[in-house]
Amino acid sequence: MATAVVDRAGEGQAPLSDAVVVRFAGDSGDGMQLTGGQFTLSSALAGNDFATFPDFPAEIRAPQGTLFGVSAFQINFGSSAIDTAGDAPDVLVAMNPAALKTNVAALKLGGLIIADEGEFNDRNLAKAKYDSNPLEDGSLAKWQLLKLNISQATLDAVKPFGLGNKEALRCKNMWTLGLALWMFDRDRQPLIDWLNAKFAKLPDLAAANVAALNAGHAYGETAELAGPLKQHHVGPAPVEPGLYRTLTGAEAVALGLVAGAQLAKLPMFFGGYPITPASAILHHLSRLKEYDVTTFQAEDEIAAICSAIGASYGGSLGVTSSSGPGIALKGEAMGLAIMTELPLVIVNSQRGGPSTGLPTKTEQSDLYQAVYGRNGDAPMPVIAARSPADAFECAIEACRVAVQYMTPVMLLTDGYIANAAEPWHVPDLTAYEDFPVQFLTEAPEGGFKPYGRDEKLARPWVKPGTPGLLHRIGGIEKEIDTGHINYAPANHQAMTDIRKAKVDGIKVPDQGVELGAEGGKLAVVGWGSTFGPIHQAVRRKRAEGADVSHIHIRHIWPLPANLGELLKSYDKVIVPEMNTGQLKTVLRDQYLVDAKPVNKVSGQPFTIAEIESAIEEALK
Amino acid sequence: MNEMTTVARTTTLKDWETDQEVRWCPGCGDYAILKAVQRTMPEIGTTPENTVFVSGIGCSSRFPYYMETYGFHTIHGRAPAFATGLKLANPDLDIWIVTGDGDGLSIGGNHTMHLIRRNLDCQIMLFNNEIYGLTKGQYSPTSRVGTTSPSTPFGSVDRPAQPCAFALGAGARFVARGFDVSKELPNVLKAAHAHKGAAFIEIFQNCIVYNKDVFQDFAAPKGAEDRQLWLQNGEPMLFAKGTKGIALDSEALELKVVDVVDGDWQAAGVIVHDVTNRSVAHMLVEMRFGEFPMALGVLYDDPRPTFEADVVRQNAAAREGKTADLQSLLKKGQTWTVEEGGPEL
Repeated sequence: MATAVVDRAGEGQAPLSDAVVVRFAGDSGDGMQLTGGQFTLSSALAGNDFATFPDFPAEIRAPQGTLFGVSAFQINFGSSAIDTAGDAPDVLVAMNPAALKTNVAALKLGGLIIADEGEFNDRNLAKAKYDSNPLEDGSLAKWQLLKLNISQATLDAVKPFGLGNKEALRCKNMWTLGLALWMFDRDRQPLIDWLNAKFAKLPDLAAANVAALNAGHAYGETAELAGPLKQHHVGPAPVEPGLYRTLTGAEAVALGLVAGAQLAKLPMFFGGYPITPASAILHHLSRLKEYDVTTFQAEDEIAAICSAIGASYGGSLGVTSSSGPGIALKGEAMGLAIMTELPLVIVNSQRGGPSTGLPTKTEQSDLYQAVYGRNGDAPMPVIAARSPADAFECAIEACRVAVQYMTPVMLLTDGYIANAAEPWHVPDLTAYEDFPVQFLTEAPEGGFKPYGRDEKLARPWVKPGTPGLLHRIGGIEKEIDTGHINYAPANHQAMTDIRKAKVDGIKVPDQGVELGAEGGKLAVVGWGSTFGPIHQAVRRKRAEGADVSHIHIRHIWPLPANLGELLKSYDKVIVPEMNTGQLKTVLRDQYLVDAKPVNKVSGQPFTIAEIESAIEEALK
Repeated sequence: MNEMTTVARTTTLKDWETDQEVRWCPGCGDYAILKAVQRTMPEIGTTPENTVFVSGIGCSSRFPYYMETYGFHTIHGRAPAFATGLKLANPDLDIWIVTGDGDGLSIGGNHTMHLIRRNLDCQIMLFNNEIYGLTKGQYSPTSRVGTTSPSTPFGSVDRPAQPCAFALGAGARFVARGFDVSKELPNVLKAAHAHKGAAFIEIFQNCIVYNKDVFQDFAAPKGAEDRQLWLQNGEPMLFAKGTKGIALDSEALELKVVDVVDGDWQAAGVIVHDVTNRSVAHMLVEMRFGEFPMALGVLYDDPRPTFEADVVRQNAAAREGKTADLQSLLKKGQTWTVEEGGPEL
């Protein structure tokens, strides 16, 4: 969480801060995501805990200077545990008028605006629909304002390298980053190494970027005495000793799937089709061939899932991934995987909907689609990740459930988890229990039954190519045991019951309480990426003495066996979700509890303050 | 990859028949095709366990249930996508796709196109009966203009797709035609199987309930020699007992029917069929029946590297010299170590 920057000037060193929220905002072409990413890395190397929130437009290159072309990257870093990207920024770096206009309202009262005044010309002001220059007209009086001509300073810094004007201005983000590194007392060297490696083939460009970075840093040093610019030191956060790296949710899912396939001792087949924000999973896996991964970019979403089911039928672990609209297209094939009882992992990186909705913004509105969204009685396990690091564990869990129960499994993440980075304590893989798959290779005693079942109600997995076990499968109702076509009323009733019993019987861990106690006045029940704000809000309210607990559900379907009793042990239950109340409805249906919704569908994550007021409201 | 080695052994027609009761309408052309396939399989030296029939939805797509092989009856139009995943998971399998004019060219036209363009090694048998049978007789994408059906009571107005032209346009390296009751069908199937890559076979199939005898014009035994042109690689394109042939009208750059006098087909300019000639193949698939005989047999056969072989090759090259150490992958990128004795939790 963000607290005010604590100024300890006079102690002869950089003042100490607990946590700081910085937002970099600029035009899509200004390199704000890259600036944010590199600043994140420097936070990691400084030992801070952090969380980030990249927020960029759906347009690839929106017209320059426009309000809809603004790209922003927010990072919350600190010397204590960080769960969210922060509510209100302490510092806003605005590279043009449009970036200022779309982001300044979020800035904390008294927070610092660093604006590139070189970009606040009439043309850009008009594009941002400003009638007068906000840097001059006093409209920013609530905040501290630092006007810098970053454009000119950058041009001056890179002059010796003979770049064209346009190319030279591209180094603006490095100047800004240099200033930010100075502000937070960070080492420049890893950045310089990175730039030299990135532009190894273009040494002039590398030198220009390094010069811009150094110039921004030098500016901070020399301007130290003047105005609102101060240097702050954010100490290392207390974390478990060990090896760390930064991880986005998309990377986590990819790595978790590879780990899951290896623990199952299976080759992985990934069928995908490009869609925001899920494509990154396909990109990551495409580079991991040596882990027995085959990736296939199919002609459409349907072919992507169908190819994955085909591969599972052939004895690989089939995986497909998409976002809401693509998941909708895959629905019929999921039904086939349920009917033919083949393992499959379907990753849904949710985004704002319905239809094309908000491709680059986050939402949790596919829960109904995940749990109920197929024709017929088509039960399917659903697992939801709460954070990038958690996505690694959830991906492994999805693989385990899929192969052990011979069922498709949906793994839910969202646009926020997919893109956000957080520090990850690199796990020791030897600590994970493997779950090797045993293919059936010869008829058991009593004869081969393609739809015979083990104690988990899973049917045998037979690879085509196996002599003596020839059989046919398909989407038409199966006869018990034999798997032959059978439309008989009693058989359909029995098979429907078996499919339901199999999924209902999946063993999931009992639901724990994240923070607080079992029983009490109020439970805040969440799922997915709302973990951070809920956790912080509950922590704060508990610190104030409120009787409130946080419950966060990973296994959305089937739900943990103890969940009903647990929910009934509280006087009240509220369910914050980035949708209009989907988990709330499921909980009410399953347990007849009076769960109350707390909803937000703006495409932005909850702030801690929003959850806090919901808690206050519920406890009134 | 399948590690099992398939032991070559002799099979008979019986080995390829399941115990399942066949449920097509009595007299359906599918019976004849099923028999032709079951008769062909022992001759092509593959084994039932290594063979997979993959189908979509429709009358034709019930086919896998009647073959004593592995079989996957999937969803409407998507059989090519399932086959692609299956073949990539195990390139050793011999995959046959069974589809129809609705399944393969309407709802699944996209997948058929991409399977062909990628050149996945498999056989695609498209049963064309120019009608939707299983949904009770609506017109299909191959129905002729004016077809009256429950959904087109005043006759269909849209022009039909031509399956072989579609396949060739999608980049097919093997295109063949046959019909259900033809004695030549097993030979066409054998040629398709011998082709390494996506082998597209259009099989005209008589739907006796909803589109009876729609192919009788050329398929009827009586007068067949005048209406069927059975193509043989290296042989002149002759029909009507050698009295007629196909020649190139070199001014209009299109095919024409010529009379052959006293068997002197060279003098008449009759073309010798070269299965690798793509230009002629384009003309053959477009040949209008009536004005021309129906071109049957292997129209085009010119293999190219297959998709799954290229994928396997690229995967192997990408793996070359790398060890699959997942633990080290997890620590890739910029990392940092938090030592004992840091700030307290």
